[in-house]
Amino acid sequence: MHVIVVGLSHKTAPIEIREKLAVPESRLGEALSRLCSYEGVREGMLLSTCNRVEVYSVVEDVEVGHERLQEFLADTNLSLSSEQLTPHLYWYSGDRAIAHLFRVAASLDSMVVGESQILGQLKDAFEVALAHKTTGVIMNKIVKKAISVAKRVRTETKIAETAVSVSYAAVELAKKIFSNLDEKTVMLVGAGEMAKLAARHLIAQGVRQVRITTRTPQHAIDLADKFGGTPVPFDQFKDEMAAADIVLVSTGASHYLVGAEDVQRAVDKRGNRPMFLIDISVPRNIDPAVRHVDNAFLFDIDDLTHRVQQNRKERLQEAEKAERMIVEEVAVAVEWMKSLEVTPTIIALRNRVDEIKRMEVERVLGRLSHLSPQDRELVEGLASSIVNKLIHRTMVTLKAEVNSSNGPAFVEAARRFFHLDRPSPSDLSEADRSRYLAGRSHASDREESESVAHKQVR
Amino acid sequence: MASVCFMITMALYLAATISFLVYLLRRSDALSNISLGITAVGFLFHTVALTAKAAASSSSSHPSFFEALSFFSWMIILVFLVVEFRHRIPVLGSFMVPLALMSLVSAAALPETVPTLKPVFKTLWIHVALSMLGAVGFAVGFVAGVMYLIQERLLKSKRFNVLYSKLPALDFLDHLNQQSIVLGFPLLTLGIVTGAISAEFSRGSYMTWNPEQTGAVVTWLFYFVVLLGRLTVGWRAKRAAYLTVVGFACVILTLVGVVLKGHGDVS
Repeated sequence: MHVIVVGLSHKTAPIEIREKLAVPESRLGEALSRLCSYEGVREGMLLSTCNRVEVYSVVEDVEVGHERLQEFLADTNLSLSSEQLTPHLYWYSGDRAIAHLFRVAASLDSMVVGESQILGQLKDAFEVALAHKTTGVIMNKIVKKAISVAKRVRTETKIAETAVSVSYAAVELAKKIFSNLDEKTVMLVGAGEMAKLAARHLIAQGVRQVRITTRTPQHAIDLADKFGGTPVPFDQFKDEMAAADIVLVSTGASHYLVGAEDVQRAVDKRGNRPMFLIDISVPRNIDPAVRHVDNAFLFDIDDLTHRVQQNRKERLQEAEKAERMIVEEVAVAVEWMKSLEVTPTIIALRNRVDEIKRMEVERVLGRLSHLSPQDRELVEGLASSIVNKLIHRTMVTLKAEVNSSNGPAFVEAARRFFHLDRPSPSDLSEADRSRYLAGRSHASDREESESVAHKQVR
Repeated sequence: MASVCFMITMALYLAATISFLVYLLRRSDALSNISLGITAVGFLFHTVALTAKAAASSSSSHPSFFEALSFFSWMIILVFLVVEFRHRIPVLGSFMVPLALMSLVSAAALPETVPTLKPVFKTLWIHVALSMLGAVGFAVGFVAGVMYLIQERLLKSKRFNVLYSKLPALDFLDHLNQQSIVLGFPLLTLGIVTGAISAEFSRGSYMTWNPEQTGAVVTWLFYFVVLLGRLTVGWRAKRAAYLTVVGFACVILTLVGVVLKGHGDVS
């Protein structure tokens, strides 16, 4: 069994190709069933967002699997020939496929590194695959792991901490002037999209009072309804400005609406309480001379953009930490994958029961020292035959199911029933053993709680 | 025992100062925790040292200038730890711990002749403690003022560097500035009153206009105007920050005045 991925993303394909390949939600189910109808494809999940289309799959043979997935993608949109498609595709298998999934989930492969949307999209894709029963033991485990890795990255690094959009950068700056936005008043001058977005962020951060003014009075009244604010007549807004802690300006005016002396007057009226002015208009609507007014802090679109670029750089530094985490997590996942192989499982099962048998026979024979050599052989023979009969069906079933879609499930079950992942006392040193046991029980607790949570969701 | 503890305290404050100053320029949360830890341990040693000294000299009860400065430094660290615990602003340590270290070092560096304050008044320590508490308030105001001015400059010039991300919001600093002066001012007032009473007992005159008394009166008047200005005509934010920096210079000059007076008395 091998995990593979074939796909394309914003890094390898232009929007013209991505949009053709993207699978709308309504057709995901049909696409998934088609995917799993290919021979040798055991499990499948389709992640289709505006920045990437990727097929994750569990296949019997890596080479054949790649061909099948490519075929599948080429068939997804008939207007795309596979010659057009192939140059944009990337494909990974095994640990690299798992690493890719983890990186995607943790938003390290995103256009804006650290954005949180992709995790939601991955969860949705997984839900759809679950609903259509196209995932199995391996995919379920790996995708759940990817989701938990993404959460770990989010909490243990600062990758998602800083603002990477212009409108949010305004909020971040506001917080360096006002420690608490709850009691603050924001005034919205004009109704540019970016300003509205920034106002929405500010309200989400606790700002309660919103005053809105636009050149068209009705427009201001409509907006005030929308934001739960108060409309202010346009010709009075400069006088009302003193009541606003934050002033967001974005109108289509081609000249300065607010001059330095207007701001100076407002600051004086406020008793020198600081004022935060954001000018998102191009051409600018606030006279840049406001910079010289004490206790007034003016930022224009370039300042905000500059801040965003800086934050993006910081995120990339945090991404390096995240990459290191992912290397660790992939190693754990690969270890688990290995445990699902049938042959090592059969050998481990054989060794385990032989050892149990040996120990029990030794114990009993130690107490029955009066037995003759023939009787001793008889006792050993009895133990062997019981053990062999007990595991016979298990062995046969495991061998028979090697190539069925339930194979990994049987292997996993056998490993759990016979405690095959728990090393026998003689295998490991004391320290290794206790660490191993601690790790295992922790992991299986988490697995159980995850599967419980999952049942509740379903 | 006390002097060994003082040496350890000083070494720890020095380590914390270096660590906090490095933290100022680096993106590392671990560093702030380490610095905080060193400061806290230093504070414990400092507390032991002060207690031991107080226990040893309880009978005579005339505090030395060294003890007064040491108490000042101890209070600065205490205020820092309390504010840090409540608001989580480790960057405050990058300003306050060096200040505490400086006052402790300058106390230790004073010539042996100065430390003797005349045992003129049984409760002289009340005057010293109150004045020093007032000075702690102004010191915190000073630190808040300096931080305000730095953050204001960074915002105005749009330099969003490491320091910018670590310094707290402007209005928080302005509030801290106000609080510390509102607390420091009445303490200084009481310190001056008790000082004048002790002067009356020792020299037979409330005011002799020596450098200490002159400094204290100038400082008091200055902060009186600063507080009045804030409450009436809106001297807050940037102006308040500047004023508290200047005001703290008055406090330092007054302390120098105390040293000079000490010399005068000795000679």
